[in-house]
Amino acid sequence: MTGFLTAGIVRTALEVGLIYSLVALSLFISYSILNICDLSTDGCYTLGCAVGAIITIAGHPFLAIPAAMLAGICSGYVTALLQTKFGVESILAGIIVNTGLYTVNLAVMGFSSNVSIFGTDTIFSLFKGLSDSSFWKDWSALILLAVIVVLVCALIKWFLGTTLGLSIRATGDSPAMVRASSINPIFTITVGLCFSNSLTGLAGCLIGQYNKTCDINLGTGMVTIALASLVIGETLCGRGKMIVRILGMVIGSCLYRFIISIALRLNVPTEAFKLVSAVIVAIAIAAPRAKQLIAFKHKQLTAMQERKAMRGGRADA
Amino acid sequence: MLKIEHIFKTFNTGTVNEKRALTDLCLTLEDGDFATIIGSNGAGKSTLFNAIAGSFYTDSGFIELDGQDITFEQEHVRSRYIGRLFQDPLMGTAPHMTIEENLSVAYLRANEHKRGLFSHVSKAEREKFRQQLSLLDMGLEDRMDHPVGLLSGGQRQALTLLMATMVTPKILLLDEHTAALDPSTAAKVLELTKKIVAENHITCLMVTHNMNQALELGNRTLMMNSGNIVFDVKGEERSHMTIQDLLDKFEERAGKGLNNDRILLSTKEGV
Repeated sequence: MTGFLTAGIVRTALEVGLIYSLVALSLFISYSILNICDLSTDGCYTLGCAVGAIITIAGHPFLAIPAAMLAGICSGYVTALLQTKFGVESILAGIIVNTGLYTVNLAVMGFSSNVSIFGTDTIFSLFKGLSDSSFWKDWSALILLAVIVVLVCALIKWFLGTTLGLSIRATGDSPAMVRASSINPIFTITVGLCFSNSLTGLAGCLIGQYNKTCDINLGTGMVTIALASLVIGETLCGRGKMIVRILGMVIGSCLYRFIISIALRLNVPTEAFKLVSAVIVAIAIAAPRAKQLIAFKHKQLTAMQERKAMRGGRADA
Repeated sequence: MLKIEHIFKTFNTGTVNEKRALTDLCLTLEDGDFATIIGSNGAGKSTLFNAIAGSFYTDSGFIELDGQDITFEQEHVRSRYIGRLFQDPLMGTAPHMTIEENLSVAYLRANEHKRGLFSHVSKAEREKFRQQLSLLDMGLEDRMDHPVGLLSGGQRQALTLLMATMVTPKILLLDEHTAALDPSTAAKVLELTKKIVAENHITCLMVTHNMNQALELGNRTLMMNSGNIVFDVKGEERSHMTIQDLLDKFEERAGKGLNNDRILLSTKEGV
C-alpha cells in the first residue's frame, strides 16, 4: 500500500475529494432534490474561483469565501430566473448561463486567462501557520477542509428539515402536490438553485486558494465529475435517510478522487485523462443496472437448470 | 360560497385543434353544499376544476370565493383555501418524503404566515399529525417516518384527503378521487370523505362516474355537457330521481345520450 499509494497521494486525494464533494452536494440539491439539471456548474465553479482569487490577492482570504458564495448565488439566481419567469428549459438555462459566465469570469480575472495568488496568504496558509509541528504542516489543509465540509453537511441536513427545505424537496418530488399546498414553486426553485450554486462557488473559492491559482478553464468538465461523485454516492449509500445520502456525496467524491489517483499512479497519460473520467462515470452509472442484470441472468439460469432437472426426472420415470 | 359567473375557456384558439372547454358556465354553490358532477367524456368537468383551482386563467367571466374575487389569483395563493384531490392517487403526495414531511408541507396552508421559513416540525404538530392520521384508521400513525412511496394507492389517497382537509378549505374539489382504487378501498376512502366533509361542514364539488353516487352523495347533482352545466337538481326533486330519470334528463337537455363509457359500464353492472 505504502509503495503504491503514499500518504501524500492519499492526503491529496482526500483534500481535493473534499473540495469536489461540495460541488457534488450542490448537484445533489439541484439534481436529486429539486429534480433540475443545472448545467451552469462549470461556469459557476470558475466564477467562485475567480472571485475568490481576486479578493484573496487583495488581502482578504476569509472575505473571499462569502464573496465567492454570493457570486454563486447570483449565478444561480439568473439560472432560476430564466427557467421560472421566462420559461427557458432548465438544461438550456444552465447552458446559457454557463456560456455567459465565461466572459464574466474573464472580466473578473481582469481579462487574463490566468491569475496566480502565490505569495499571498490563503486560508490554508494561515491555518497551517497556527502550529509548527510537522504533523500539522502535513495535515492542516485536510483538517480545515474536513471541518468546512462537515459544517456544510450539517447546514444542508438542517436546511432540508426546515419548512422551506421541505417545500423545496416537495417541489422536486411532486409538482402537483406543491401547487395544492400553497407553495410557490417559482420561489422554491429559485431558493434551491441559489443555495446549490453558493456551494459550487464555495468549492471554486477553496480550490483556487488550495492550488494558489485560477484558470479560466478550471471548471471544464466539473459537472461530469460532480455527477460521477453523485452517482457513486447514491449507488453506495442508496436513497434512504437524508443524512446518509448527504454523506454519500462526500464519500462518492473522495472515492472518485482515489480512482483518479490510482489512474495517475498507473501512469495514464494526461491526454487520456478526460476519457478515463468519462469511463469511470459511465461505469458508475451502469453498475447498479449491471448488478441487476447479472442477478436476473443468474436467476434465469438456475430456473432453467431446475426445470431441466425436473423434466429429466420425469423422463426417467 | 363559490360563485362562478359566465366563464369561458378555449384551448388552442385559432388552430384546427381548437377546443371550447368551458362555454358561458355559471354556478353558485352555497356554504356547505356538496354537489356531485357527472357528464360525458370531455364535457369540461376537469377543466372546471382547473379553472376553480387556478391551473390556468379563464378567458372571461369571474370566479368568487366567499365574496373574494379570485379570477386572477395565482394557483399557489388560491390553494391556501382550496383543497383538491386528483383521480391519480400518486399525484397528491410526494413519494420520497415521509408521511410526517408530507403532512408538514400540507400544513403550511394554515400557518405560512405564522410559521417561519426556517422552523422545524414541532412536537405539538407531530402529535396533531399522529392524532389526525389515527382518524383514517389505517395504522399510518405508527408509520410516520416511512416514505409515502411505500403506501398503497388507497392509503395515499386517504392521506391526500387528510392533507387537503387538515386545514379546513373553503371548497374541496374531488376529481373522481376513488376511481383508480379497488372497490373496497374506494368504499373506505369515500366513507372517509363523507365523514370529513360532514364533520367540517366543507363545501364540496365531486366528479364521479358512478350514477348511484351522483344521486346519493351530497345534496345536489350537476350534469355537464360540452362545457356547460345542463342540469342542476337538488332537494325534493333530487330525492325522487332514479338513475334512469337522470339518463333521460341528460338526453333531453343535451340532445344526445350520455356517452361516458365508464358511466354506462357502471350503470349496466348496476353498481
